[in-house]
Amino acid sequence: MKQDKEEKDNNIVSQRASRISPSGIRKFFDLLGSIEGVISLGVGEPDYTTPWHIREAAIYSIENGFTMYTSNSGIPELRQELSRYIQKRYELEYDWKTELLITVGVSEALDLAMRAVIDPGDEVIMSDPCYVAYEPSVILSGGVPVKVPTSEENAFELDARDIEAKITNKTKAILMGYPSNPTGAVMPWEKLVKIADVACRHNLLMIVDEIYSHLVYGIEHTCMAALPGMKECTVLLSGFSKSYAMTGWRIGYAAANKEIIAAMTKIHQYTIMCAPTMAQIAAIEALKSGEDSVTEMVEDYNHRRLVMVKGLRNIGLSCFEPKGAFYAFPSIKSTGMKSEEFAERLLIEEKVAVVPGTAFGKCGEGYIRCCYATSLKEIEEALERMKWFVERHRKA
Amino acid sequence: MLKKILKILEDDARATPERIATMLGTSEDEVTAIIKKAEAEGKILKYKTLINWDKVNDEHVWALIEVQVSPQRDTGYDAIAEKIYRFPQARSVYLMSGTYDLAVLVMGKSMHEIADFVGQKLSPIEGVRAASTHFIMRRYKEDGEIMNGKEEIKRQPVIL
Ligand SMILES: Cc1ncc(COP(=O)(O)O)c(C=O)c1O
Repeated sequence: MKQDKEEKDNNIVSQRASRISPSGIRKFFDLLGSIEGVISLGVGEPDYTTPWHIREAAIYSIENGFTMYTSNSGIPELRQELSRYIQKRYELEYDWKTELLITVGVSEALDLAMRAVIDPGDEVIMSDPCYVAYEPSVILSGGVPVKVPTSEENAFELDARDIEAKITNKTKAILMGYPSNPTGAVMPWEKLVKIADVACRHNLLMIVDEIYSHLVYGIEHTCMAALPGMKECTVLLSGFSKSYAMTGWRIGYAAANKEIIAAMTKIHQYTIMCAPTMAQIAAIEALKSGEDSVTEMVEDYNHRRLVMVKGLRNIGLSCFEPKGAFYAFPSIKSTGMKSEEFAERLLIEEKVAVVPGTAFGKCGEGYIRCCYATSLKEIEEALERMKWFVERHRKA
Repeated sequence: MLKKILKILEDDARATPERIATMLGTSEDEVTAIIKKAEAEGKILKYKTLINWDKVNDEHVWALIEVQVSPQRDTGYDAIAEKIYRFPQARSVYLMSGTYDLAVLVMGKSMHEIADFVGQKLSPIEGVRAASTHFIMRRYKEDGEIMNGKEEIKRQPVIL
């Protein structure tokens, strides 16, 4: 990483902090801010506002004076509700008193999980490309990220043999996020079982980010922790941001064995105290009666997904079929451009914002991430603009 | 498939068969055939546009009329309802449970016109026992759409 010489000499910023790079997406949005009339397929969040009944529950709680700290682990009713919900969805028992922790989004849960289990030098295996926060979260806790390449040919799924090849005596955990941001890939059950087997044989911890678990299309989501024998060695991270359109509330959770949750709770206790009270109350409402809203949104996303993928293919970009989350990850190799160049020129020439695949790792080179959590009208307009762009720049 | 297509059309009457086919992952021909059939069977009655007339300076007046009737032998409420809904002024007519029988939404150019309709046409119908007229003062939401100030998306450019 480039760094001011003076800054380095003075050591104002810790070596650890200087080892992580700013998100590749950030750079883009600085540029974006200065251009008008941009259609953004860049932001990875729902374009829905939170369903009204959930907002209303939170407003009511504020009116009723729920404005104070809650228990460190989270409001008991929320943990009970969550435990019931996980039981119902995956037939998986978590004791609400000792095995669940309510966090400030999956973001915090991820950080806590790393800090709770990683010692300096411990290696954590993850896919390339993967969500932007995985690598930094490992580095910040003193660990070493180890990337396993995934490719379009294998539907961006992780392969157990590739993982096994990377295991050393330093390997501590495998960090996985499926359905995937940025590729939209979903791990089929058979492949997960094989990875679970590798983790068990090598005594590794599975840390799984299943924040997009509701957003799957025509395929079932398999929860890693629900595979036979996996509950004890899995840290399950999930939340409300994507499925209930609640990104701004900052609420998520971790479910794991007692020992890990106790360690995570200690860190959480001193750094965060507790997740926002109003957000916790909103989350209770989401769990109790949010299912219909989720179903409706998923159906809508699916329409947009099909329009997006077909549109990209019509333009002549090869696009593997994403089965989850709300991203398409088309290849732009046919244009001869690199991902960053493509994204930057597309933004400047046609005012469409996408994220270069390289923001998610080396294996993202040659791809761009297009988020379809935006109105059909915008998707169609964006596709039209991209068509002009690609036609203009297609390699002769 | 029919229900899925209808749901899309209900929300956007201008959705083309091509777009609907893409959204549902099926062929344009299938969508066109299903729509044709639904039209023929009267499942699709009409393609309309939801307009916020308040913004067009249109001076129309709307009223909800609660009508109490004496049901008739053999035809029950249907015959009286028909006598009412035949009038073009009656925009919607529903049979209700509760303290009155028929709810009639009426549109007119003025309050007078509506008063005349109720007094001269509706009330005199045989079997109508009472009619009470409630003028609509403001429309906040219609057919699931908020009339003024749809919530805009307040998404910020963020890193994720
Ligand atoms: C894979 C993945 N994990 C975690 C997060 C962060 O979620 P939260 O809002 O719960 O912190 C995101 C958000 O984009 C994500 O895509």
